[in-house]
Amino acid sequence: MRHIISILVENEPGALSRVVGLFSQRNFNIETLNVAPTDDPSLSRLTVTTVGDDRVIEQITKHLNKLIDVVKLVDLTEGNHIERELMLIKVKALGAARDEVKRTVDIFRAQIVDVSPSLYTVQITGDAGKLDAFLQAMAPVGILEVARTGVSGIARGDKVLSL
Amino acid sequence: MELLSGADMIARFLQDEGVEYIYGYPGGAALHIYDALFRQDKVKHILVRHEQAATHAADGYARASGKPGTVLVTSGPGATNAVTGIATAYMDSIPMVVLCGQVMSHLIGDDAFQETDIIGVTRPIVKHSFAIRHPSEIPEVLKKAYHLAATGRPGPVVVDIPKDMTAPTERYEYVYPKKVKMRSYNPVTRGHTGQIKKAVELMLKAKRPVFYTGGGVVTGRASEGLTDLVKRLGYPITTTLMGIGAYPQSDRQCLGWLGMHGSYESNMAMHHADLIIAIGARFDDRVTNNTSKFCPTAKIIHVDIDPSSVSKTVRADVPIVGPAASVIDEMISLIQGKEIANPEGLAEWWQKIDGWREERVGKLYEPSQAGEKIKPQEVIEALCRVTRGEAYVTTDVGQHQMFAAQYYKFDKPNRFITSGGLGTMGFGFPAAMGIKQNFPDEEVICVTGEGSFQMMMQELSTIKQFGGGVKIVNINNASLGMVRQWQDLNYKSRHAHSYMESLPDFQKLIEAYGFTALRVETLEELEPALEKTFADTHELVFLDVIVDPHEHVYPMHVPLGAMRDMLLSKTERT
Repeated sequence: MRHIISILVENEPGALSRVVGLFSQRNFNIETLNVAPTDDPSLSRLTVTTVGDDRVIEQITKHLNKLIDVVKLVDLTEGNHIERELMLIKVKALGAARDEVKRTVDIFRAQIVDVSPSLYTVQITGDAGKLDAFLQAMAPVGILEVARTGVSGIARGDKVLSL
Repeated sequence: MELLSGADMIARFLQDEGVEYIYGYPGGAALHIYDALFRQDKVKHILVRHEQAATHAADGYARASGKPGTVLVTSGPGATNAVTGIATAYMDSIPMVVLCGQVMSHLIGDDAFQETDIIGVTRPIVKHSFAIRHPSEIPEVLKKAYHLAATGRPGPVVVDIPKDMTAPTERYEYVYPKKVKMRSYNPVTRGHTGQIKKAVELMLKAKRPVFYTGGGVVTGRASEGLTDLVKRLGYPITTTLMGIGAYPQSDRQCLGWLGMHGSYESNMAMHHADLIIAIGARFDDRVTNNTSKFCPTAKIIHVDIDPSSVSKTVRADVPIVGPAASVIDEMISLIQGKEIANPEGLAEWWQKIDGWREERVGKLYEPSQAGEKIKPQEVIEALCRVTRGEAYVTTDVGQHQMFAAQYYKFDKPNRFITSGGLGTMGFGFPAAMGIKQNFPDEEVICVTGEGSFQMMMQELSTIKQFGGGVKIVNINNASLGMVRQWQDLNYKSRHAHSYMESLPDFQKLIEAYGFTALRVETLEELEPALEKTFADTHELVFLDVIVDPHEHVYPMHVPLGAMRDMLLSKTERT
């Protein structure tokens, strides 16, 4: 099963490499990884999506917790949560397809953020499934470049991941 | 307030931390630190002949004393040479602090002379690592390093120190930090009481219980408590290779150690148990054999300080995360005044175990006949007799390691010192040196083989310089015995590179360093030679014993089998 694990780490050099290294060292898998500082400049928030059975996920969270730079973590998929990913995508937009792309962008509630005579740059946010669907819809038109941020997430309700 | 340079802060910190010995080797990036060490006389530095030996020596000291060992090396090759020793300490959870010189900060990343990203290289084999970014950080970072190394599940910590951080011209305030605070590091200090109660209920109800205890009891200084607990309950106990001596092996309740080359009765008892009480052990593959066939009828209580060790390879029914000592104490207080529910069941269980024991009496190996080569097992048995089982015994890796573990009987913890996790050939001799230099009046023996000894024999020179009268017992079969054994079993005796055609004359070699060497080829010569070897505690003596190269280590787990599936000799199996 796919899990989204959000991790607060010390904003120290090398902290990211310890987290990433742990996954390769222990043969765990990383599907997406997203990292940025938080409102507290001493902390970074890292979000990893990974796949594994309960035993593997238990090991992943235990080993992550063992890293000295890891301050706190939560497996968001254990409860209700909001999951978002941002994608920037360049697609061909020539002739009849130009209108077609615009319509599809509207249907997906995406935005065209840059244009050139031959292509559109589209920005879209949503969960990974929505982004995948949009990619599928754009495939016949011609995808030139894709930049995805990887999943970020947060728990619903009153649950808070902070110190 | 005192103003000190980074280098002087390091020297001063080591004094304030109570470090007596450090093992190391100088080089460009570490020279400021070496100069600071030169200008003081409290911390003694032992100049090894290879950085790997520095880590093993510090490791040996740490295992024998329970305190962190300290290593100082220079950047680049100095640091990379230490890597095997860091990995050895990591696998066996040994507290160690490794101070590495590094090139000047402004050169980092430029492929400067003797530059290595040692933080990157060691990342998977350290508990944690630090890079010094400003000299003023030094006291706090070092305090954290020692704190991390020694607390919780211990392990090695690397501190990378760029040369400009130790420059003699820049001085900063030095205060020894008495305390350390890290918001992300709070090792557990006791187990969950509810879980411990559950465990004790199961323990009192069990019919066929076995204690299975490991290195965590030794490093967690819990062997007194463990012995008390096991004696109160009257249950059998088997330890891992790393846990040897945590419970007296001469006691009737001790079945020896378990696993791939563990005792027949240990492995049989584990397989047939209805309750396994695992404390400070990690169910590693050399213990469990095939985990899907592991102890099919047993419930498992697993006490470990490291949550990631619990249910890693074998699912625990009652997991308890906590230090062995405090959990054991709590168990004892819960048991106090209570009786076990099933004394008849336990009596039956002991009958069964005694039956397994008797089955193997006199059959463990065939003693040598007159005119035959000495059996390696005979050497260890004689060694144990002559030293009354009281010595510190380090080993290298292979057949001699297993024989030492099987035939030397330990009644105390911290005495059998071996690279159990990583299996590092070359560990034994420098480790013995580290122990002897710190405990000069104790008898320290390195049981080795001619293969392993040659990996670290340059340390003879270190002992010539600094002293350290270790006894080296070389179980010489002129082959890499364990490799050869596997080749006999799995490769139709095709001995690919497992024998040594060109061994040195060890006698001459040892004498070249000014030490005594003895050579023994017959059983009659063995005990007198051992007596001679141990005549003077402070002299290094090398005893070269020529043994039968055809001997195998048994019992041996049948690959992919259960705990009870063992080869018992070249012709018998369970």
